[in-house]
Amino acid sequence: MISQEKILERLFFYLNRLAPPGASIHPDIDLIQELGLDSVKVMDLVMELEDEFDLSIPLNILTDVHTPTQLAQAVFSLMEHADGVVR
Amino acid sequence: MALFDKFGKLAQERAALVQAGLNPFGTRIDEVFSPTEGRIGEWRVVLAGTNNYLGLTFDPECIEAARQALEHEGTGTTGSRMASGSYGSHVALEAELADFFGRRSAIVFSTGYLANLGVISTLAGPGDIVLLDADCHASIYDACKLGGAQVIRFRHNDVADLERRMLRLGEPARNALILVEGIYSMLGDQAPLKEIVEVKRRLGGYLLVDEAHSVGVLGAHGRGLAEELGVESDVDIVLGTFSKSLGAIGGFAVSHHPEMELLRYASRPYIFTASSSPSSIASVRAALRTMRARPELRERLWSNARRLYQGLAGLGYRVGPQPSPVVPVLLGSSEEGVAFWQRLVEHGVYVNLVPPLAAPGGQALVRCSVSAAHTPEQIDHIIQAFASLRASFDGVIAKA
Ligand SMILES: Cc1ncc(COP(=O)(O)O)c(C=O)c1O
Repeated sequence: MISQEKILERLFFYLNRLAPPGASIHPDIDLIQELGLDSVKVMDLVMELEDEFDLSIPLNILTDVHTPTQLAQAVFSLMEHADGVVR
Repeated sequence: MALFDKFGKLAQERAALVQAGLNPFGTRIDEVFSPTEGRIGEWRVVLAGTNNYLGLTFDPECIEAARQALEHEGTGTTGSRMASGSYGSHVALEAELADFFGRRSAIVFSTGYLANLGVISTLAGPGDIVLLDADCHASIYDACKLGGAQVIRFRHNDVADLERRMLRLGEPARNALILVEGIYSMLGDQAPLKEIVEVKRRLGGYLLVDEAHSVGVLGAHGRGLAEELGVESDVDIVLGTFSKSLGAIGGFAVSHHPEMELLRYASRPYIFTASSSPSSIASVRAALRTMRARPELRERLWSNARRLYQGLAGLGYRVGPQPSPVVPVLLGSSEEGVAFWQRLVEHGVYVNLVPPLAAPGGQALVRCSVSAAHTPEQIDHIIQAFASLRASFDGVIAKA
């Protein structure tokens, strides 16, 4: 299985495309409050990650996700439980 | 952080955006003269920012029906249907809706927003899955949240993307609730419902279509996109509102599933709010009759819609993907959108300004909506107003 670091790396790839030009992105930045993404962009990011990792990522995880690190963690744990209700 | 501090950023943004002049996000319509004319401050305007698709808000029969209901049933029901009982007229409207849509069951809610909340949140709970089109209305998103189902979002009007997500889900997709709209409220485009139905036939799932903007607008009888495309029997639930073509307020869901009736005992947004006022229900019943009896209203609507769409496209504006009673015009930033909107009012035209967040694609847009009650001259007046702004907003339009 892919590592959490690798997930974060791919997440940064998509984040760079969505973030305002020149924004400095780091693993613990608050995506909405600090980076200034709107909620639609965050949902778009989730859609990209679903396709990148061929994984269903319910939007419900976003309730507890504020930073790239937290998003990577959430994706990682979905992968671990990929045989649950939502694969 | 104190309770109200969270609004600080919002207040700043709003203040910066609307420094002078009229506020597009808090417009006061001082007088309403007809379905298509009003006054905003010193400006008499053509109303092209409503959802009054058939222009029935001033229909004499609807007004008379509402007046009768006021006199005989009073101003309000003052209670929910579960606790305080259903007025006969509410029940009669449900029977009329079921008959109009050719469905077994119809439930009336107090608004369209509550209809989405009431149906979706009750059907799709924890352990269930919903698949929703990315451009779905806020009420659908909120309904998903309230229900607590797992929410998977697919790219707007992209059937291959829906299919990929269903395949990825595997077996559970067979029980998923697929959520789309007939006509999307911001871009005026239609769902590829035939193709979506095709995917559903192969992979399973239940299909709910929110026809808020397409009832009265599409289909030979005005039953919406599902009728227009001949796929009604594949649509499990049709959702709609009384606040657009039917010219009042309220919402409904119709279905061929007999179990839908049980929502009345399980759906919190049905149970814990008062039912619509009798006058609203009465005018909707009259509007439904008028809509059935006068298909020419729909023809007039479409003729106006095409006239506006072609007129604005001809001026070089970037309009929506297809002719529709909703004609969006893409602009640049929020500031440019506000300036453009204000100038339109000064030219005697009222439309909706949609800020980038609510607008798919992240650009500000002005959303024009057309009514059967517009005269061709009023449509030309709207086009004229856009024409006179064309030169001064050239840069903005080029960027869009
Ligand atoms: C697609 C859609 N669904 C539901 C609603 C809510 O309808 P209502 O105004 O009756 O609450 C709207 C209204 O804006 C809408 O556009």
